[in-house]
Amino acid sequence: MKAFARLFDELDARTATSAKVQALKRYFSAAPPADAAWAVYFLAGGKPRQVVPTAMLRALACERARIEPWLFEECYQAVGDLAETIAHVLPAARSPSDVGLASWIEDRLLPLRGAAPLEQAERIAQYWDELDTPGRFLLTKLIGGGFRVGVSKLLVQRALAELASLDAKLVAQRMMGYLDAKQAPTASRYEQLISREPGAAGDAGQPYPFFLAHQLDHAVGEFDAKLGAPADWFVEWKYDGIRAQIVKRAGRVWIWSRGEELVTERFPEIVEQAARLPDGSVLDGEIVVWKNDGPAAFNLLQQRIGRKTLTRRVLAEAPVGFIAYDLLEWAGVDLRAVPQAERRVQLEAAVALAPGLQLSPIEQHASWDAYAQLRESSRERGVEGFMLKHRQARYGTGRTKADGTWWKWKIAPLSVDAVLIYAQAGHGRRASVYTDYTFAVWNRTPRDADEAQAAIDAIARREPPAPDALQLVAFAKAYSGLTDAEFQRVDKVIRATTLEKFGPVRSVRPSLMFELGFEGINRSPRHKSGIAVRFPRMLRIRDDKPLAEADTLQTLEALLGGR
Amino acid sequence: MADDDLIVQRREGLYCPPGDFYIDPWLPVPRAVITHAHADHARPGHDHYLAAAPAEGVLRARLGEIALQALAYGETIDHFGVRLSLHPAGHVLGSAQVRLEHRGRVWVASGDYYVAGHDDDAREHNPSCAPFEPVRCDCFITESTFGLPIYRWAPQRDTYAEIDRWWSANADAGRASLLMGYSFGKAQRILAGVDARIGPIVVHGAVATINDAYRAAGVVLPPTHSVLEIDKASLKRALVIAPPSVQSSPWTRRFGDYSDAFASGWMQLRGARRRRSIDRGFVLSDHADWPGLQRAIAQTGASRVIVTHGYESVMVRWLGEQGLEAGSFATEYGDEQEDRAEADEAAAGERG
Repeated sequence: MKAFARLFDELDARTATSAKVQALKRYFSAAPPADAAWAVYFLAGGKPRQVVPTAMLRALACERARIEPWLFEECYQAVGDLAETIAHVLPAARSPSDVGLASWIEDRLLPLRGAAPLEQAERIAQYWDELDTPGRFLLTKLIGGGFRVGVSKLLVQRALAELASLDAKLVAQRMMGYLDAKQAPTASRYEQLISREPGAAGDAGQPYPFFLAHQLDHAVGEFDAKLGAPADWFVEWKYDGIRAQIVKRAGRVWIWSRGEELVTERFPEIVEQAARLPDGSVLDGEIVVWKNDGPAAFNLLQQRIGRKTLTRRVLAEAPVGFIAYDLLEWAGVDLRAVPQAERRVQLEAAVALAPGLQLSPIEQHASWDAYAQLRESSRERGVEGFMLKHRQARYGTGRTKADGTWWKWKIAPLSVDAVLIYAQAGHGRRASVYTDYTFAVWNRTPRDADEAQAAIDAIARREPPAPDALQLVAFAKAYSGLTDAEFQRVDKVIRATTLEKFGPVRSVRPSLMFELGFEGINRSPRHKSGIAVRFPRMLRIRDDKPLAEADTLQTLEALLGGR
Repeated sequence: MADDDLIVQRREGLYCPPGDFYIDPWLPVPRAVITHAHADHARPGHDHYLAAAPAEGVLRARLGEIALQALAYGETIDHFGVRLSLHPAGHVLGSAQVRLEHRGRVWVASGDYYVAGHDDDAREHNPSCAPFEPVRCDCFITESTFGLPIYRWAPQRDTYAEIDRWWSANADAGRASLLMGYSFGKAQRILAGVDARIGPIVVHGAVATINDAYRAAGVVLPPTHSVLEIDKASLKRALVIAPPSVQSSPWTRRFGDYSDAFASGWMQLRGARRRRSIDRGFVLSDHADWPGLQRAIAQTGASRVIVTHGYESVMVRWLGEQGLEAGSFATEYGDEQEDRAEADEAAAGERG
């Protein structure tokens, strides 16, 4: 645990990528394989399931630190991280130990699950007493299920590959499925990752690393110069679903999400359809909820994923479909180096064999302008814009451009100008900086600047508004889209304009307006404004406009359109 | 609040009605008692200043020509029937607690103070100034910069050892060690505690000015160099002490490949470390941690405590639960993020 805690610290500090890789290599070259197996799992994004509820950890920490819950809560608000708060408030360790990571997980943490609460508490208290602050922080993260580290899976793969003198892409393939929660990391699985023997990781359900698209931000007028003739490209709709691979081998179907999660059980409809594919087929595509001959809004799919059990009703209300757009393996042969156009021909033949699976249609037009015009209909079609794939592109790994590029040409987000009215400090790196904001629009257009100012003054005096008076109505929260420097600036303004503090939340005298972008808008009886937006984020600070010109509830109504 | 309180809160700052003077006022007043020379406590524009003798050099270095009366620690003066004395606070050179006695009552205003929370080991005293001295009183006015139980400092000897290890490793790898901290107080505290045998020590101009005042007051600091008087090869083994404002400024370019670190109590938290974008955060504070605050308060024997700048509401509630009469003053010292005030002042120090 000490070695892993030291590695975590090194990765956590801001250091160059090369320094992170060095730290990883140092750790892996010294760690026993059983410990290294778990380290790979956690560093690559594997999430330990929560062993005990966080409420119990809080209560236990209060008891051990001899502080009242209100005081613990104050600490938590300052730290912004439960495990770290606990690590700091506990008294110093009395019986230090140095048990290895694998032993911590297998002999200690996993058996905790399902133990009687009293025994859990007793053991956790004992474990805390063996560790220093960094060790406790890690342990509590692992117990509470909230472990995250500032290193990408690619970096872990690179470190392992360098250590074993292997191609990083090979390690990447072997690591697919490594995070599947049903298989515990073991020394032998770790050794297979870095084995010099070819084909050491021969699990039949192995998917391929996903090829990711790049954002295309150019104006359509520049497309000819940037991309060349439209005839060289496949142009497909970009669906707003879950990117997935279907693997059919050895008489079985596996469905993998882009997060390398095995999601086969969640989509029985697709499994049934894909079972008709011949062995040795791998398809890449998008899972969407398919209703009324078209893709439904993403939140339906999200609700379905949230369900633990798939009842008949859920299946009827949110039936899913798989829209295939690439073929990575056919008759057991890896097609990724074959040009896109040839893969497409094979894909069409493959999909024809499995009724139910859909083929992503290709739009064919003579000019980029014509595509731009068609793209305007994206929102009505329930898609996000276009995907552009060069006919000669190979299927690469990750977000590389070496093998030819996939572009996502998304429609501009919906946007409104909204006023910041509440703020809350962020978590982690953003703890005690105000980065999470609540935004409001006017309930109607202000008559003039004076009326808007009067409404703001009333807020500053903390007067509740008259029922029919001009007022600001909260409608969205956002916490991303600004640079660190912009966050610092807004943080200063928030501190200087605070009206009241409600626990971690501050209300402020309205003085800042932002352009908020979002992907979708729906009616929602659960929100005060009656409206819910999807993926809201800050596009920019509107210093150029007075607050009186912020948008209104009517603007939002108009964006809702007929919905 | 009783009418005959020895210290009350006024628009200009903390005020002693029978003595007709202020303590660390933030607006110009006729008579100001200054607990220490940090900018949020020692402001320009007062007619008369009273401060502890060791503070004289730094105060004059920062405020220029002022009408200053210096008082030795423990020396008493009478002013309108108020008996006043100053006692070491362990925060920075010349930092003082203000003891006031009037008609049998004793009040003490702490200013900022540092006292180790865990033990009385002399190795845990701030090595750059006189250690905190507990003063018995009826009412204690305490700061609360780190008034949360998450703030518990490791022994400073461990922190110095950590800094030494980091510096040694960098020196061996041939890169400079840039350690940032407030130029007045933190810089000297670092200097007084590190192992100067590891390599040469370079200080920023803002730090050098304050070092002069410390040395003039008799504080022993290891030899230091200006960045201009040291050759490139030595620079690669050097510990460089500079205010936080130099981070990613042109001033640091001369170091080529270097490791950077920040020394502050705020470095206790991972979020604060990561926000700074530094290689290392060393937890070294000139303020008392949570156990230090509780220990200092208990040692005064005060039955009434008034909490200022920091986590006032937390401390007031906690002290109340411990059976003390607790209240707070809203002051204009420090900030919720004191490091910002530090950064601003260091920047101002460089300009001056």
